Amino acid sequence: MSVCAPSAARIILLSLLAGLVLTVLPLPMWAKPLRPEWTALILIYWCMALPQRVGVTVAWTVGLLQDVLQGFLLGAHALAFSVAAFLTLKLHRQIRVFPLWQQALSTLLLLLVIRLILLWTRGLIGHPGVDWQYWLPALTGAALWPPLFLGLRAVRRRFQVR
Amino acid sequence: MLALLSILLMALDQRQGVPEPIRYTLAAMVYPIRVVVDFPFEMGNVISRELSGRRRLMAENERLQAQRLLNEARLQKLDALEEENIRLRQLLDSSYDVGKPVLIAPLMRVSLDPYSHLIQIGKGARDSIFHGQPVLDADGIVGQVDKVGPLSAMVRLITDPSHAIPVRVNRNGIRSIAVGTGNLHELKLTNLPNNTDIRAGDLLITSGLGGRFPRGYPVARVKSVTTDPGPPFARVLASPTAALDRLQEVLVVKRDQKAVRLTSTGDKVEPPPGKQPGP
Repeated sequence: MSVCAPSAARIILLSLLAGLVLTVLPLPMWAKPLRPEWTALILIYWCMALPQRVGVTVAWTVGLLQDVLQGFLLGAHALAFSVAAFLTLKLHRQIRVFPLWQQALSTLLLLLVIRLILLWTRGLIGHPGVDWQYWLPALTGAALWPPLFLGLRAVRRRFQVR
Repeated sequence: MLALLSILLMALDQRQGVPEPIRYTLAAMVYPIRVVVDFPFEMGNVISRELSGRRRLMAENERLQAQRLLNEARLQKLDALEEENIRLRQLLDSSYDVGKPVLIAPLMRVSLDPYSHLIQIGKGARDSIFHGQPVLDADGIVGQVDKVGPLSAMVRLITDPSHAIPVRVNRNGIRSIAVGTGNLHELKLTNLPNNTDIRAGDLLITSGLGGRFPRGYPVARVKSVTTDPGPPFARVLASPTAALDRLQEVLVVKRDQKAVRLTSTGDKVEPPPGKQPGP
């Protein structure tokens, strides 16, 4: 296990980087409000699958990077992602044995928590209110959960990430 | 612990400036991600340029030639006007401030926080970009530099809901403030009384008050004026002259340097006959 440890870290890092890339990828106007929180989804997967490897610290770091990348208030995504990671770590034993659609539901809840925290920070710094479209990314994220889960699990098994 | 840390960071960031070095370092770290995202679009541009047919290039060349002719004709007149302006300003003993040196910055095709109007440009602190620097395009004011990284910077557009820019009506000099609405094609003028002399079609230019934007650049054109006897102020909407949704390259205005003459930017323009020598 110690032999493949660096490569495992590399796979996780790569997947998170891919998530960041997807987050800032330009999309056509109509698809913009639908863009799911990719980094959050990938973080939730790793927190659930490998809680001993990916935890709150990783989530915090990734969140901070995303803040800088998107030009958002420094630390907002960091806070939201670490809370989501914390919840996932607490619940990972239960979520892991759920069927896929129930996992998608719990992911929906986690994504809504993230959106809620971001909404609070927006309110605190005096950004104007948001419309109903603000909540769409959570829905698309949950809808994308099953394929994402299967894909990342295939990656994890293929590269023996443990 | 980390939650506390992030709350602390947010509080500091809100107060502006304290975690700027942190952001600066992190911006350098995430720069490769931006490049990766931007790369396919950049490649697409290059390829389409390479493959564009001879006929299209010729048509474009013709169009540009025509435009150049027009511009030169206009510049000739400008030359004379500028001389006159300098003379008059010297009479008034006020500073000469017609043209400013600019830096051309390419736009990076990355998508940012969807609820604020930010764009990413491919020039940063290495090219001496600084916070608050005004940004233009060929048609008018685009916004101002908001966050600076070593190789890239973020520009807040004038239509961002948290942005306001002091403007002046070109026709009669009435001053106001144009506030962003969150809609890329709309600005809102605040605090104009109902009886103000402002009409749809009026050009709004920067007034230079506030000291951030240079004076006299076009900002927007008034779209509609609604006067309602109820509220004390008229509801005035304007649309930005800059094509904020079709930007390719932007001009960043350099500051703390001597103003340059608009008409002597390397182009060999024949001085119009009978031009008065400058004072």
